[in-house]
Amino acid sequence: MEALFSGAALLLDWQVILALLIGSMGGVVIGAVPGVGAAVAIAILLPATFALPPLVGLTLLLGIYGSSMYGGALPAVLLNTPGTAVNALTTYDGYPMTQNGQAKRAVALAYSASFVGGLLSILALIALSPALAAVAPLFGSREIFLAALLGIILVVLAHRGQTFAAGMLASFGILLQTVGLEPVNYTRRFTFGQSWLTSGFDLIVVVLGLFALSQAFLLLSQHDKKPEPLDEARALKGSVLSGFKELWLYKRVAGVASGFGVLMGMVPGVGEFTAQFMAYSYAQKTSKTPEAFGKGAPEGLIASEAANNAVPAAAMIPLLALGIPGEALTAMMLSVFYVHNVIPGPQLFQNQMDFVMALYLALLVLNLMVLVFLLVSSTLLTRIIEVPSRFVGILILLLSFVGVYSLRNSITDCAVAAVFGVLGLVLKRLNLPLVPIILGMVLGGIMEVKLRSAMPRVKTPLDMIDRPIAMILFALILLVIALHIRTVIQAHRARSKARGG
Amino acid sequence: MTRIKSLQELFKRDRRPGDIVFAWVFLLFALFLLSQLGSQAPWNPRAKIFSQPAFWPTTAVVLMVGFAGLHVLSSALSPRLVGRWAEIWAWVRSLEYAGWFMAYVFLVPFVGYLPTTVVFAVLLGLRAGYRSWAKLGLLAGLGLVIVLVFKGFLQVKIPGGALYEYLPVALRSFFLTYL
Repeated sequence: MEALFSGAALLLDWQVILALLIGSMGGVVIGAVPGVGAAVAIAILLPATFALPPLVGLTLLLGIYGSSMYGGALPAVLLNTPGTAVNALTTYDGYPMTQNGQAKRAVALAYSASFVGGLLSILALIALSPALAAVAPLFGSREIFLAALLGIILVVLAHRGQTFAAGMLASFGILLQTVGLEPVNYTRRFTFGQSWLTSGFDLIVVVLGLFALSQAFLLLSQHDKKPEPLDEARALKGSVLSGFKELWLYKRVAGVASGFGVLMGMVPGVGEFTAQFMAYSYAQKTSKTPEAFGKGAPEGLIASEAANNAVPAAAMIPLLALGIPGEALTAMMLSVFYVHNVIPGPQLFQNQMDFVMALYLALLVLNLMVLVFLLVSSTLLTRIIEVPSRFVGILILLLSFVGVYSLRNSITDCAVAAVFGVLGLVLKRLNLPLVPIILGMVLGGIMEVKLRSAMPRVKTPLDMIDRPIAMILFALILLVIALHIRTVIQAHRARSKARGG
Repeated sequence: MTRIKSLQELFKRDRRPGDIVFAWVFLLFALFLLSQLGSQAPWNPRAKIFSQPAFWPTTAVVLMVGFAGLHVLSSALSPRLVGRWAEIWAWVRSLEYAGWFMAYVFLVPFVGYLPTTVVFAVLLGLRAGYRSWAKLGLLAGLGLVIVLVFKGFLQVKIPGGALYEYLPVALRSFFLTYL
């Protein structure tokens, strides 16, 4: 309780409050513009936050992360175009509701479900803190190595239908982090005699290239997408607060969907898509009108929005407790921690619990700020979502320069980012995942360091798993792989049977 | 035939045109890295296996080759998609914007952050097909705002342009610090 009050005191700094305001409102606007999204915005802003105090920088980024999905729901519902990738499922039922003349109802439900998802996950986070603080110190080098290994395996296996692509891209990420001068033996790895490769690939340069520049190139090389004009049927007159009243009727779906969001957010490498998929499937299976799903079912919309908005807070759990990011956005935030010498992990929970609590409370406050902002800004946001895509592309290109160049004033960094920008464009056009590269880089680095520091105490292979948590993690790794193989075999048999029959 | 069909089903996945080209390029790249392992990731005779500097690069490259091989296989076993060359042309076209970005990067240290940003915002607007004064003016204005926010307010590290040295003394230090 003392940590909670100390955390609240940390939040009362005017800089933190300003960062929360800018982050939450900026995040909604960024989310509402199709083609931008939190990943692009955070990648661009990341270097600028290095000059800010750690809590200020992190709350700004958290604000964008936590609020972009609220904004992303608006074009998903009104234009059938998700503002951020994770709002894609919202279009399934949100847009049909708009077509049926229920735009305001759909937006109100999306906002209220997002709010409940965000709120429940933060409460879960606060409630879990004592347990996390007790368990986190039990994680030594080998446990963190195994957790990172589990994360990378999950990243690969979570990309159903693209497992091989995710595997090769994650391996590429692991390789990228090894390039340069190895810090223990000072061996040059994959530098090909080039001095500019000696310092390796900077995570932020790669992130900016893959996420921001690629998006700029993509938007600029396409024709402007002209959204349909927002007619009377899509007008958002009246208060969106009415959504809460209706949400109460679907409280079970909202609660379970938020639960899936919390659970999936905590597991490294899984994230919003799996949470949404599970929540949507649950809502459909337990609905009295499953046939209405995809045609404007409010439960479908609620399941999708509550689940995706519950993930950001939950994704902070492996990051803060173990220093292991579960997805690209928390991987980017990890670099803010390192720049300020705040090392996430068990020590953070033991020594700086007030800082952790301040971050939790910041998430809570930002959800409230977003809700207030949405109540007064829906008309403005409906104008923003009509910004032409090439216009957005120009702005992203100009902003990406700030992100890359301000790091070290290096033209080489910019060239590297441009190369990764082209690679990102190719991957996006082929619908192949970018996230495994980033997580490969981050988790690969963690695995290398932790395995090396764990090995002096490991005499036989069994020593690696002779502690309870290590044993559980190892069992989970085996279970995850076994379940994946089983699913592939079952799906294959079902297809063979269907073909035979 | 049944076995081939069965394999095709096993590797079936959502693909887009150009998938197999990327798959082959990635596999060849991975094989090139594999051929360079000996010279680019040397083994230390005194270190244990997990402490070897070459352990993780080797693991990563071997995994890259393995997964890329399976990815190629899954692409090769899937039905051919129309539009491969159009897709590759789209990749090549994106290089133009990478070129714009690099030109912007090269010019900032000489011309200065503010003028380069405003001019590039307008030029890119023209390239994107915008002709109205309102849109081009808005882009120039947004370019100015970007400079004011990031360099003027947030003080991100972007050096002043060499051309600023020719400004009158009273303006020079202001431009170098804030614009």
